[in-house]
Amino acid sequence: MFSARVDRRSILRGASGLGLLSSAEALFPAWARGGTAGVGQGGDVLSGDSIHIDIGHSRIVIGEREAHAVTANGTMPGPMIRLKEGQQVRLSVANGLDEDTSIHWHGLIVPFQYDGVPGISFPGIKPGRVFDYVFPIRQSGTYWYHSHSNMQEAMGLFGPLIIDPAGEEPAPYDREHVILLSDWSNVHPHSLLRRLKQMGGYYNRQKQTLAGLIAGRDQKLSERIEWGKMRMDPTDISDVTGSTYSYLINGHDSAGNWTGLFTPGERVRLRFINASAMTNFNVRLAGTPMTVVQADGQDVDPVETDEFQIGIAETYDVIVRPEKAEAIAIIAEAIDRSGLARATLAPRIGMVAPMVPLRQRPLLGMKDMGMDMSGMDMSNGTLDLSAPIDAPATADSHSGMKMRDKSLAPPSVRMGPGVATISAAPADRLGDRPTGLENVDHRVLTYADLKALVSGSDRRVPSRELEVHLTANMERYMWSFDGVKLSENPEPLAFRHNERVRVTLINDTMMPHPIHLHGHFFELVNGAGDKQPRKHTVNVLPGGKASFDLTADALGDWAFHCHMLLHMHAGMFRVVTVRAEETAE
Amino acid sequence: MKPLALIATALLACVATRALAQDQSQHADHSMPMSQNSALDDAPSPVPAPSAPQDHAADAYYDHAAMAKARSMLLYETGGMPHSMLMAERLEWRPGGGGDGYAWEMEGWTGGDVDRLAFKTKGEGAVGGAAEKIELQAGWLHALNPWFNLRAGARQDLQPRPRRTHAVLAIEGLAPYWFEVEGELFLSQKGEVTARAEASYDQRITQRMILQPAAELNLSAQDTPELRAGAGFTSIELGVRLRYEVVREFAPYIGIHWERKLGRTARYARGLGEEAGGLSVALGLRFWL
Repeated sequence: MFSARVDRRSILRGASGLGLLSSAEALFPAWARGGTAGVGQGGDVLSGDSIHIDIGHSRIVIGEREAHAVTANGTMPGPMIRLKEGQQVRLSVANGLDEDTSIHWHGLIVPFQYDGVPGISFPGIKPGRVFDYVFPIRQSGTYWYHSHSNMQEAMGLFGPLIIDPAGEEPAPYDREHVILLSDWSNVHPHSLLRRLKQMGGYYNRQKQTLAGLIAGRDQKLSERIEWGKMRMDPTDISDVTGSTYSYLINGHDSAGNWTGLFTPGERVRLRFINASAMTNFNVRLAGTPMTVVQADGQDVDPVETDEFQIGIAETYDVIVRPEKAEAIAIIAEAIDRSGLARATLAPRIGMVAPMVPLRQRPLLGMKDMGMDMSGMDMSNGTLDLSAPIDAPATADSHSGMKMRDKSLAPPSVRMGPGVATISAAPADRLGDRPTGLENVDHRVLTYADLKALVSGSDRRVPSRELEVHLTANMERYMWSFDGVKLSENPEPLAFRHNERVRVTLINDTMMPHPIHLHGHFFELVNGAGDKQPRKHTVNVLPGGKASFDLTADALGDWAFHCHMLLHMHAGMFRVVTVRAEETAE
Repeated sequence: MKPLALIATALLACVATRALAQDQSQHADHSMPMSQNSALDDAPSPVPAPSAPQDHAADAYYDHAAMAKARSMLLYETGGMPHSMLMAERLEWRPGGGGDGYAWEMEGWTGGDVDRLAFKTKGEGAVGGAAEKIELQAGWLHALNPWFNLRAGARQDLQPRPRRTHAVLAIEGLAPYWFEVEGELFLSQKGEVTARAEASYDQRITQRMILQPAAELNLSAQDTPELRAGAGFTSIELGVRLRYEVVREFAPYIGIHWERKLGRTARYARGLGEEAGGLSVALGLRFWL
């Protein structure tokens, strides 16, 4: 809770210390410096029962350039916090900014008053004040923390948070590295949003062109005309792109080539965290298979793959076992392929993995518009058959379908200028390869590949179902749930304490949205029976849907939002309330 | 000249109907609240959702006033912030044998996603002479549906003289196939009804090189001799402009511009010894903030 004013000296110490640093590497916390032997080896990991974090302004270095960032303890990414399951922790956050700040512990199960969302869980931390977050650590795994105030997260205020299990580690390893992905623009995030409000396609420099048509690239003329008729753009995959972003791994760009060390034969655990503001990444270890052992901090049945897509705010832990003394490239490619970040795993400092070229940018298809009826599987009872009976069951034509047929959405969806489309036949896409990876010639992780390592404890059949539509109008850059922005002060989504509810997210837009629920884990309804994977964030593929079962076991008010920060700030956000039955009625 | 007033109105209504047609479906009321799901079929009957609480859980832990302030800030920041834009679509010079001409077209807005204040100005003239046309518009812009806006406001003509003040009703937006279209209906303080329809299309040749064909058609419902406008179609303008986006906000262009006075308006011009129209090269700049 709130306490004394910030110790001014500690902030000054941080600021003056920065001025004296001569090497750019020193601008990074030890865990994020290149050539690291592994996490836990550096001196500045924050651990123990009492942790202090200073929020302030800092100069950082991106590539060759200096920039201004909002940081924790003076660095971007911020310091690593490492805790132990079962401990109690007091995290004191001191605000050295001239505006309010906050820290949200992403994925942590905490009492709601310590969740760190201004306006929902607490009032925010005023300039010059200290707020003490005090809670028990009830879980283990890879998580992260970030500001929930005024776009500070997009300006650098985030860092990794790792919790070691109280018992035995189910996926043992010899060495570990944190691989934290982020995107950085020298343009202020509010300016990014302004540009997009003025021109929805402002940052898309990979649109279809006449030159492309003549060269036979991309859509054929007839398809272009069909899509044009619907005012839909098949290249609308990311709205802030490599035309303004530098993509970073542990704060380093490809040229900076962050390098983590290993010894051949070791089991190396890589803790991937996507701390981006707006970028979903495709992650590969250029040729080396990896075994996914955790998703969103929750242990999963080990599953081997060659590539996975990591939505913003998700985490994946993988184990690799390099046998040869050769450098391995870690490639994080932006989903729209407008840029990538490369880092290296190597047996010795100085070894460089070869750079991998960007692949051709993908195009969206009918399925991403929620109009592909061909993929509907009528045989499996767990799939949703909610397509209207009278809709034409043909995949080749959408001529009989309307782009925004209100009858296909529940009455809760408000059809205003902010809803450009309603998916006509949204398929369950948890088993689909993610956007842009549909046709690559190697294994790609899908949500259907994930199985919890241990069965879920709540075996109840959900007592009700809730449908939430992810809605947008790219032209006006409006983003919302059910056609209503948070600024319109909609009623919260209400849950009874401990009730079990199946929530179905239907994506009526052309972009994947990483949807995050605070304070809870939910179980993806992916066909894994009682081993449905537990997650805090699910990336819902365009035109499709994703269901999860939620046990609303955390009393309080919680944020529920798209983790693409500009979508969230445009209104794609709701409050979720969990109340005991007597107060809920 | 009632029939032409009707044509003008019909033209506008046509655009409006087209724009609004896309909203029609929402009135159909099939509610389909839940998907069928075998897992849920086992349950006796779904439990109704609880009603949303009216209180705030954090108020039990923190100062009420501080929470109320933080809540209103969160709402404002999450979809409620206003934005604005100033777009100079055309700022051009038209070199020609009979003297160089110039023309401009700018518009701007400020406000939220649905309701905005808008302004617009356009004009043209010959270098060295008095401007032939200067008009200013201001009004309210309201989003009708995902693609079309209604604009209602006033227009003041500074040129030609005698000056006119008009009430404006317009529909503007993005039509299927990515055409930018606009239909404007004007009623002057003298009771004259005029109308204007515009359309343009951005054809990307490369990511930065854009070819923009554009057309404008003007109508008058009556003869207005003092403004040398005749009843019927008064003028047409066609242009093709090729712009290069150095950055998105700054794009020089070259193009050709053709305009012609029509019908009785053309006869008025010829009677005064003016040309009814002609072809010119256009060199210009498109920029926005």
